Amino acid sequence: MDVIIESLPQYWDGFLRTLFLAAVSGIIALVVGTLLAAARVSPVAALRGFSMAYVEVVRNTPLTIAFFFAAVVLPRLGVTFQQFEIAAIIALSAYTSAFIAEAVRSGVNSVPVGQAEAARSIGMQFGQVLSLIILPQALRTVIPPMINILIALVKNSSVAGAFYVLELFGYGKQLANDHGDAVMWVLVGVAFFYLLITVPLGYLAHQVERKVAIAR
Amino acid sequence: MKAFLTRRKSLLAAASAAIALTLSACGGGGTGTGSNPTPVEKPSFAAGTTMEKLASAGKITIGTKFDQPLFGQKGLDGKPVGFDVEIGKLLAAKLGIPADKIEWVETVSANREQFIKQGKVDLIVATYTINDKRKTEVDFAGPYYEAGQALMVNKDNTSITKPEDVKGKNVCSVTGSTPASTIVEKYGAVLVPAATYSACLEPLRNKQVEAVTTDNVILAGFVNKEPDAFKLASDETFTKEPYGIGLKKGDTEFRNWINDQLEAFAKDGSYKKAWEDTAGAVIKTAPELPAIDRY
Repeated sequence: MDVIIESLPQYWDGFLRTLFLAAVSGIIALVVGTLLAAARVSPVAALRGFSMAYVEVVRNTPLTIAFFFAAVVLPRLGVTFQQFEIAAIIALSAYTSAFIAEAVRSGVNSVPVGQAEAARSIGMQFGQVLSLIILPQALRTVIPPMINILIALVKNSSVAGAFYVLELFGYGKQLANDHGDAVMWVLVGVAFFYLLITVPLGYLAHQVERKVAIAR
Repeated sequence: MKAFLTRRKSLLAAASAAIALTLSACGGGGTGTGSNPTPVEKPSFAAGTTMEKLASAGKITIGTKFDQPLFGQKGLDGKPVGFDVEIGKLLAAKLGIPADKIEWVETVSANREQFIKQGKVDLIVATYTINDKRKTEVDFAGPYYEAGQALMVNKDNTSITKPEDVKGKNVCSVTGSTPASTIVEKYGAVLVPAATYSACLEPLRNKQVEAVTTDNVILAGFVNKEPDAFKLASDETFTKEPYGIGLKKGDTEFRNWINDQLEAFAKDGSYKKAWEDTAGAVIKTAPELPAIDRY
């Protein structure tokens, strides 16, 4: 138990980095994922094909491969960076956006087709139909699965600890090595700080859902 | 935008990742094929000692590194080779256990104390630096070798020659290892943590870190494999790293026995031979057995 108290500075630093990774990747993934979903339902065949290919490939490859690609292969191809957090953000957002895209698409499918037809009939363009009519309704429906994905993202960020980033999990490894006699408590501490992010996220989801839910 | 970076390359990525993986995985075997010291016929030990248990079981589990050239590296044939491995084999032979009855377990820097405490291994010979903190968890026989921390840089690097030069620069080392904390706490480097030392080579190659730091002998192994890519920043070491043999805390009989054996190896020349068969291929100065610490 003492180990958690005396290692609070390390935990806190790790916590902030995990939070940072998850927040930045989450925002990027939400934007990219929504765009991918939009591409998936667009009238342009090439866009539809690309979006589908991207989602299927990324969704079905292990996250570790994405990390390996971002942290090791990209630099080989000439994309170098001094902060490995960048690799982690690339990997996490590329990976998570595929899942967000699928969630948004399921939301789009839940909007009655009459809505789109009505919008078209008053002369809206595809872009307008999507951004003003379809997406607002779709996004409301998919808050719960979206939050699930973001919670998974927070936990997935721990993979960064194996790819040159010192975050919560990385500190956990370090502390476990320094305190071989209290590894269990070290891990309890790590778990606690993950919960500190994920539990409020779940609560937030619940609140948002209550606010924006649409009665159908 | 970043997602688009990866789009056309998704397939390419999988392919190049696979290639890079194999590139980093098949770094060639170690040096030499390892020896087979002749096991002692029916050694006798006092009842109830660890030596007696191991000798009567006829097998032993030894933890070592699998990715450290010259000391403990697992080749493609699945057999680890190196100086640590030789020391392990010599000890096993004294227990009457032939080399093929040794079960080798990979112990990375961060799990060594745990593996000893949980009884997953009987011994650890894995470039394991003796320090006071670790002594509270496990016991150490030895030291059987004294290394020192050094820096490895890219061949064309001229800006780093001493540890003071890495202040504020990215330096790769293994999470939780002694060299990692030294370079951060004493010399103010920015640590880029990796799971194993071999995982540090890629960022160094790509100039994402300025240097890799750990014990000179480990770095010498990497330099030996890729003399055109890397070099040691200097031949001077800036710490003393006495390597010990880790065992369960409180097993003083076993510790004393190992210490006696180490001294015997130094006398009968098997210590020197073990060195020459392995690390001696690269590090020309043959070591003398350091003074054994019988605490």
